[in-house]
Amino acid sequence: MLNKMELSKTMLLNKIRYKRLFWVLSLISVIFFTIFAVIKAFEENLVFFYTTSQILEGSAPTNRPIRLGGMVQNGSIVRVKDSLAISFKVVDEKNSVVVVNYTGVVPDLFKEGKGVVAQGKIENGVFKSTEILAKHDEDYMPPKLGVLN
Amino acid sequence: MLAELGQILLAFTLIISLFYGTRALYMVSRSSDDIHFSALRKSLSQTAILVNLIIFSSFFLLMNLFAVSDFSVLLVAQNSNALLPLPYKLAATWGSHEGSFLLWILMLSAWTTLVSIFSKPLTDKFQIRVVSILLLLQAVFLVYLIFTSNPFERVFPPPAAGRDLNPLLQDPFMIIHPPMLYMGYVGFSVCFALAVAALLEGKIDSVWARWCRPWANAAWAFLTMGILLGSWWAYRELGWGGWWFWDPVENASLMPWFAGTALMHSLAVTDKRNALKSWTVLLAIIAFAFSLLGTFLVRSGILTSVHSFASDPTRGVFILVILTLIVGSALVLYGVKTKNLGMGDNFTPVSRESLLLVNNIIMAGSLAAVMLGTLYPLIAEVITGRKMSVGPPYFNSVISPILLPAVFFMAIAPWVIWKKSTLFPALKGLVLPVFISVVVAVFFIFYQKQTSFGSALGMIGAITLFLGTLFSAFQRLQQLKKRALENANHKTIMLFHRIKILGAAYWGMILAHIGIAIFTAGVVFVMTYQIEKDIVLKPNQIETIGDHNLTFVGIRPISGPNFSGVEGIFELTKNQSNTIHLLNPQKRKYIRSDDPMTEASILYGFFGDFYVSLGEPTSLGTEGLTPETSWTIRASYKPLMGWVWVGCFLMALGGGLAIFDKRYFKQKNTHERKFVDQSASITNAKKLIENTSQTKAAG
Repeated sequence: MLNKMELSKTMLLNKIRYKRLFWVLSLISVIFFTIFAVIKAFEENLVFFYTTSQILEGSAPTNRPIRLGGMVQNGSIVRVKDSLAISFKVVDEKNSVVVVNYTGVVPDLFKEGKGVVAQGKIENGVFKSTEILAKHDEDYMPPKLGVLN
Repeated sequence: MLAELGQILLAFTLIISLFYGTRALYMVSRSSDDIHFSALRKSLSQTAILVNLIIFSSFFLLMNLFAVSDFSVLLVAQNSNALLPLPYKLAATWGSHEGSFLLWILMLSAWTTLVSIFSKPLTDKFQIRVVSILLLLQAVFLVYLIFTSNPFERVFPPPAAGRDLNPLLQDPFMIIHPPMLYMGYVGFSVCFALAVAALLEGKIDSVWARWCRPWANAAWAFLTMGILLGSWWAYRELGWGGWWFWDPVENASLMPWFAGTALMHSLAVTDKRNALKSWTVLLAIIAFAFSLLGTFLVRSGILTSVHSFASDPTRGVFILVILTLIVGSALVLYGVKTKNLGMGDNFTPVSRESLLLVNNIIMAGSLAAVMLGTLYPLIAEVITGRKMSVGPPYFNSVISPILLPAVFFMAIAPWVIWKKSTLFPALKGLVLPVFISVVVAVFFIFYQKQTSFGSALGMIGAITLFLGTLFSAFQRLQQLKKRALENANHKTIMLFHRIKILGAAYWGMILAHIGIAIFTAGVVFVMTYQIEKDIVLKPNQIETIGDHNLTFVGIRPISGPNFSGVEGIFELTKNQSNTIHLLNPQKRKYIRSDDPMTEASILYGFFGDFYVSLGEPTSLGTEGLTPETSWTIRASYKPLMGWVWVGCFLMALGGGLAIFDKRYFKQKNTHERKFVDQSASITNAKKLIENTSQTKAAG
């Protein structure tokens, strides 16, 4: 009788232990999965910044979006009449020039002779931009370009 | 003269707060008895109020210099102009690095004053510790202000005209956004001081948590309001229709918000169940640490944005040193003392407290994810020298899956009681809300092609949370009515009394959770169904956007007090409606710079906003601007956009309401503390009995 009671007691304890183990394991797996997913999303969306010289050297990847920084060359902005298409040349302190194509409304601070940061991909030697960034101050210069100012 | 006076006042407060803070802290830690401190407590409170008054005078002097456009003061010359409208002249006081830091310190001294006035339940020794810690914090920041960012610096010879305030900051929201945000940031210093004082005293219990709760709620409510105003400003003023960019500057304010949210909820557990004690103290330190980190990120100049006025690297280093010093010493103290505090009581898996723990885990996860995306590029650049950034897609794809479960847990939380609960009676209350929300989501899946699985889940979450929270509040009221009827208590049958019994903290929670439901709905709709078009229009051309027709009538010149420019005339009609709305987006040129500024035109509506901004003329040939010139235009329809602001506002309101809960102001001194603890445990026991009878009734 006594044995039976003790047996059921240990069984109950075991059951509680297994239940607890189950919860702990599932919590740990959820946390691991979340961390994995976060890091994967992070890697996919990490965008590196390149100067025009680096792009001409071919050190920038062509299979993923990058950011291109430099100065909009004077007299290089070409607008197609009655269209959103715009093309301009970006230049850095080594006088390396990359042509950028973009379709859309450009931000206020986009101007010839001023710094610009464009996000996009290199396609056949031309930078196809999906976004022209405008979050910076009017006094802002992309890195390494302070010299030109 | 006035500028010099302001500077002298600042130096004077530095000496006062440093001396009295150190002295009081030393005196308290040296003696062990409790009795002789009421005089010191009183004098220290008066010191805090005096310090506040002096800093306010100094701030007022600076404001006055801006009002009269005294360009011999460098800060005024750089950030103001005689032509600037007066409200903006005054707001320009905190539109710059130095001025905004003075505001920061003013806020800190204001919180210190509030603590010295509204801290009757605190014991003498404890109150002295808290106030002197706050005074010492002020001293540290005053050192920073005086030695690296003096707002009263003169310039010789004075320029004839000021450089003008950054046009982006010339907006009514910019007048109130910084003060609100700073009240929030700095408000966490009170929780920080309470935590450090408790660590020094070596005692943390539910009474401590009850002291801390209203301050955490207040800081959180201000922070929420500050973030809301900042986001709304970005929406109105940056001109291109975005409202949250996952810009490091925005993330800097979001990180303390997550920490603060976690703190509020874990304080509830420590208060009601005397559990999660060391975790709560750690959160109090972390919340303030992230407020400081936010200030560092925004003010140091390592981020380039409209906020980064400071380009002087010594300032950044200085803030980093302050940050390490304050947070580091608090964490060391925490490490040394926390063993004696104990972890607190354990609890069962299905209970209110474990759901609050889930909140903490989710908030900590969100905080970590945002921190990774914000700090990694900065740290990696320092180490590798390569410049990089983490795009908004990272944050969108990571934060939504982390936060969405929170919405569902939040819907369950009010149905689950403290200590020990069962899941099924709790879920029963949610059957109807879930059913309704699924019907709505299925409707949208069939009638709107863009509806993704994620947005359907978001909708279900938002509606379940909204209805579930309302139902649970209604059920609580009904229960009280039933009990009142049983006891034949006529007073408590009245609705007003029943609402009062549940308390301000309860209704604050309900309000804030409903706010989150509305916010979630807004975010889901605007992210899923937004229509945004970049177009080119000639005068008198029409473009269809969703079920709206937009007619571009033409362009006309405008001029303002310190700007000139052009504005577009647009007529907006909805299909099958004769009402014509006029929209006038502008392109302004301010005197400060040659760069144009886009001023969007927004038609606010309950179901959505219509947003138009004017780009540029597509061609400016030899003939210049002609009536035939076409313009680039961004037009968008943003469904339920306003719900995002309303939701955030309700959250802030709920946090604010919760401050006034009577429970927080009940107990008096330590002599009564033991008694209070006992009575608290008696009430807890009573509640437990009530709760069990509730569950029985519900089951």
